[in-house]
Amino acid sequence: MTSFPWAPGFIEGNRPQIVTSRFQYEDSFTLERYLATGGYEGLRSALARSPQDMHEEVRSSTLLGRGGAGFPAGVKWGLTPEGVYPRYLVVNGDESEPGTYKDRLLMERDPHQLIEGCLIACYAAGLSRCFLYIRGEMALAQERVAAALNDAYAAGYIGKNILGSAFSIDIVLHWGAGAYVVGEETALIESLEGNRGMPRLKPPYFPAAIGLYGQPTIVNNVETLSNLPFIATKGAAEYTAIGTESSPGTRMVAVSGHVRRPGVYEIINGTTTFRDLLYGEEFCQGIRDGNDLKAFVPGGGSAPWFLPDQLDLPFEGRLVGAAGSMLGSGAIMVMDSTTDIPSAALTLTKFYAHESCGKCVPCREGGTWLMRILDRVVEGHGTTDDLDLLLEVGESICPGDMPHAASADLQLEATPFPYKMTTICFVGPSAYVPVHSALTLFRSEFEARVAPSRSRTRIPVTAVGGDS
Amino acid sequence: MARLTDANVSIAEEIIARYPRAKSALIPLLHLAQEQDGWVTDEAMRHIAELIGVTPAEVLGTGTFYEMFKFEPVGKYLINVCGTMSCALLGADDLMHAAEEELGIHEGGTTDDGMFTLHRAECQAACTEAPCLQVNYRFKFRATPVEVRQLISDLRSGRLDDEVPPHGTLARIRQHIPADRGVGAVDPADVTEPPAWISAASQGGAS
Ligand SMILES: Cc1cc2nc3c(=O)[nH]c(=O)nc-3n(C[C@H](O)[C@H](O)[C@H](O)COP(=O)(O)O)c2cc1C
Ligand code: SF4
Ligand code: FES
Repeated sequence: MTSFPWAPGFIEGNRPQIVTSRFQYEDSFTLERYLATGGYEGLRSALARSPQDMHEEVRSSTLLGRGGAGFPAGVKWGLTPEGVYPRYLVVNGDESEPGTYKDRLLMERDPHQLIEGCLIACYAAGLSRCFLYIRGEMALAQERVAAALNDAYAAGYIGKNILGSAFSIDIVLHWGAGAYVVGEETALIESLEGNRGMPRLKPPYFPAAIGLYGQPTIVNNVETLSNLPFIATKGAAEYTAIGTESSPGTRMVAVSGHVRRPGVYEIINGTTTFRDLLYGEEFCQGIRDGNDLKAFVPGGGSAPWFLPDQLDLPFEGRLVGAAGSMLGSGAIMVMDSTTDIPSAALTLTKFYAHESCGKCVPCREGGTWLMRILDRVVEGHGTTDDLDLLLEVGESICPGDMPHAASADLQLEATPFPYKMTTICFVGPSAYVPVHSALTLFRSEFEARVAPSRSRTRIPVTAVGGDS
Repeated sequence: MARLTDANVSIAEEIIARYPRAKSALIPLLHLAQEQDGWVTDEAMRHIAELIGVTPAEVLGTGTFYEMFKFEPVGKYLINVCGTMSCALLGADDLMHAAEEELGIHEGGTTDDGMFTLHRAECQAACTEAPCLQVNYRFKFRATPVEVRQLISDLRSGRLDDEVPPHGTLARIRQHIPADRGVGAVDPADVTEPPAWISAASQGGAS
């Protein structure tokens, strides 16, 4: 009979584990297991000192946001305007960037760790109510977090006068209903207010200043918050001893696509290279069927593509940015030599075009145009004019130089991240990024496709097969 | 089929009470309505509007933004086959074809007996387990066309009734904040002071 196993994909290794330390246990999501493995010790340790002290510890840990932008959490908490209350915490559990798979694992396998992280953040930053927003399509994560919240309330870890202290807080489970753009923090807040999830115009709406119900609001990602129990228990020094100075700690990275052993790995931040990840014995063990690597997306569907040329870059934001892409949400998608590049790009462009909220014209119109033209090209009905048209439409979303990777074969130098944009959020540009990367790095594949002699039958994204 | 039942109204009231402003409960309440009827009816939307003090047009306006809310009946089982990059690279099209063939419908359609609706979906945050699909938001990982056919036959025969509730039900455990433990929601307009532990700390020590 068919079965529905839960949260597979995590692969352990002989590496430090900050957020996945309980994943080895069948019952990792229960309060019992959590308490038996040091759970809620971080909360106790936070309550034993002043909120300012705890905030300082997080600041000196240089914990970087894991939702995509990589902004230091401790600095963000300090951006709320002095003396304005109440302040809120909104947890971003909307994980839906193509390629990304880590927050759902953390919620399904270790919900108490996330809850404890929320408590520590609220205590340190003076946030008086927490809303935990889980993506609508994640039924099991909602169930696990609901059960964990119920148990934690009953045991006195959440609610009034936590562990007999002056610290009182509610954590409210909230769940979405399917809309990628809601992951953008101001759209998340709109959605939580019961509205259509459209990003707000910025400035002036930085959520730390004006967020939920117009109040100062901190939005943090699930993985970011899941690091806090470790930092509160072991201290910033032990945290920064792992990884590099600019990228301390570990990171959850999902590697998917044409590798032998796709999986979610907790890697050492800043030093692990893409080559380690894709080819290392303890990681993905190479490309499937012994094929060659053609290209990979290094940081979620929004990230400009990399070539084998970039394999030796470490997982470090500044270096990856200079090389023409971004680390984003910790998601690598791998394409082997059998991949049909225009079709692969189309799956991403379709995604972003479909997810446009419609607020900005360049995204709403441009995304649809890109999708239609690219679709025509993939189907074999395109002309060479279409290729120029793709770049022209792209220019209306991202004027000026687009970031892209260097290529020795094409004698191409890198253009660093980021790009300029005419839209409110990154959905518009993200529809263009795969088109631009694919056209820049694999133009000949497009040219072959638009040649009149080409057949009109649909060519699948890849020849199906593989050894795993 | 219609307004929320009394039992669901109590659940709705408990949900509404958690938010400083009632409108925040709009999406959870639409889910509740969908759980009750399998889809979101006009009567349910009117009822939700009454409960949170907005117009039915506002409920519809918000609701239609979100993919998961269905404003007409769908199958008891909604099958969402992921078609985004990692799944596309590993054979999502084959899964879709197998499902189409087994069900005798095309992508987007519903079977005549009202049992199944088939959709192509976007990345489901399971990319390392590609190609994958969800039935009523329960996962099937690393699926093969043969397994898709088996899954459909298992669903048809009721063998998976325990694992997969009918469309509309998400988490089967609800959050419940005990009255004696909860802090309670306060309208932000009624708060100006820092929370107690912040004031206490500035006078030395949180506990
Ligand atoms: C279109 C779009 C989608 C996003 N989706 C998510 C998401 O699903 N989860 C997430 O944590 N952050 C997402 N972000 C980033 C958030 O806006 C925000 O930066 C993040 O939640 C902040 O948390 P952090 O500082 O802990 O990383 C998205 C951003 C954009 C522009
Ligand atoms: S860029 Fe697209 S998704 Fe983002 S606000 Fe504009 S229209 Fe909406
Ligand atoms: S691409 Fe299918 S789950 Fe992410």
